[in-house]
Amino acid sequence: GAVGSALPAAAQAALEPNPIEDIRTYNNFYEFGTGKDDPARNADAMVIEPWSIEVDGLVDNPGTWSLADLMDGLTVEERIYRFRCVEAWSMVVPWNGVELADVLAKVGVNPEAKFVAFETVVQPENMPGVRRQVIPFPYVEGLRLDEAMHPLTILATGIYGEPMAKQNGAPIRLVVPWKYGFKSIKSIVRISLVEEEPPATWNIINPREYGFYSNVNPEVDHPRWSQATERRIGGGLFSPRQDTLMFNGYPEVASLYEGMDLAEFY
Amino acid sequence: MALADRINSLSRRLPTWPVYILVAAWVAWLFWLGLSGQLGPEPINTLERKYGLFALQLLVAGLAVTPLRTWTGVNLIRFRRAIGVSAFFVVLAHFSVWALLDVQRLGAIWADIVKRPYVTVGFLSFLLLIPLAMTSNTWSVRRLGPRWRQLHKLTYPALLLGGLHFWWLTKGWQWEPLLYLGGIVALLSLRIRLGARRRPTRARTV
Repeated sequence: GAVGSALPAAAQAALEPNPIEDIRTYNNFYEFGTGKDDPARNADAMVIEPWSIEVDGLVDNPGTWSLADLMDGLTVEERIYRFRCVEAWSMVVPWNGVELADVLAKVGVNPEAKFVAFETVVQPENMPGVRRQVIPFPYVEGLRLDEAMHPLTILATGIYGEPMAKQNGAPIRLVVPWKYGFKSIKSIVRISLVEEEPPATWNIINPREYGFYSNVNPEVDHPRWSQATERRIGGGLFSPRQDTLMFNGYPEVASLYEGMDLAEFY
Repeated sequence: MALADRINSLSRRLPTWPVYILVAAWVAWLFWLGLSGQLGPEPINTLERKYGLFALQLLVAGLAVTPLRTWTGVNLIRFRRAIGVSAFFVVLAHFSVWALLDVQRLGAIWADIVKRPYVTVGFLSFLLLIPLAMTSNTWSVRRLGPRWRQLHKLTYPALLLGGLHFWWLTKGWQWEPLLYLGGIVALLSLRIRLGARRRPTRARTV
C-alpha cells in the first residue's frame, strides 16, 4: 500500500542481502528437523499446491481463502529486511510480499479484534519433525493488532523475485522484521482475528525464555545467551560479531510500545 | 569368547599412536573444511557442534573400556590413554572455537561462563579434564601411584557435566542429548557397581 514507503529507500539500499544459498540452506523449521540443514533436506516433501488459508474469528469475510484469492489485487513489493534469529545470528533477506494490513483490510477486521493468530500447516507424513514431536504442533504465533497493521509487517511469498523455497516457509509466511525470527511464522494455513492474546508455540514451551512480544532487544538477554551481539551468516570462519540494534534497526516501531516496560514484556 | 580373544590378540599387535594422529587429522580436516567454505553458511557453529559432539563421544568411549572388558572380555585398556588424551584435545578445540571464533570478546567469554548455566557446566567439565590430561603420562602414573587412580575418577563428574552441557543447550524435546546423558549415567552406575563388587574381594585378600 501507500504506507509502504514507511521504510526509507536509503535504509533498504544500505543492506546487502545474503546470497540465496545462505537463505536456503540455514533454516530453523522444526517440522523438518532440528538441524539447520534439515529443512533444506526434507522440506521438498511438503505439499503446497493447492494452498488455502482458513480465515476466521472476528472478521467480516470468514472462510477458506485460496492463496490466489487472498493475494488478488494486492501489490507484491520487494522488502530488504534484516532477519535476526533469537539464537543470535542474522541475515539480510530480500523478501517479496504484501503488507499484512492490506490482507486484513480485505478480510475485514471487526472492531472487537485485538490480536491476530496464525497457524502453520501440519503434514505428519511429509514432516519428520512433526512425527518426532520435537515441539507441539501445529506451530502457532500471534501479533497484537497494531503490530500486525504496521506497514513493516508483511506476508511474503517470494525471495529474490522467485517463489519462496519450501524450507523458507512456502507458499506464504509472515515477516515481522523487528522481532526475533520465530515470530515470523511459516507456511500459514490459518489466520484468526481474536480478542485475547493468542498462544505462541515457543512461549508455551518455555515462557521464561520466549515472550509473546519477542522484540529484538540488545538489552534484554535470553536466559541462556546474550542478545547484545549477533553474527551475520555467511562471513566465514573469522566472521566478526556485530552489535544488535534495538528493534533490529527499525526504530519506527518504538511508538507501538510506548509506556511498556520491554524487560517485563519481552 | 573366541571373538573377544581374536580382537584382543589383534589389538595387542596394534600401536596406539595412530589414535592421536587420526583424531588430530580429523580436527584439522574439519577446520580446513570450515576455512574453505565447505561447512555451510555458518561454519563457526558447525565446528563448535561437531568438535563438542566428537569430544563427548571419545570421553564416553574412554569410560566404556572397562565395562567392555568386564562384560565381553574385549580388552582395549592399552588404548584408553590415547582415547582420553585425544578427547581432551578435541575438548580444547571445541572450547577454543567457542571462545576465539564464536564469542570473540574476553569480557563476553567470562560473562558467559559466569552467567549462563550451560556454559558454566561445560567450562567446569573442561577444567576437570585439565589435570587428567596433564597426568596422562607414564612418569605421572608412577609418581602418583594409587593417587593417580583417585585423581582420574574426575572423568566421572567431567562426563556428567559434559552430558548436561549438551542437553542444556538444545531447544525443544530432542532425543540425542538425552541418549548421551542416559548412556553416561548407565556407564557410571556400572562403575559404581563394579567398584562395590571389587572392594570386598580385596578386603578378604588383605
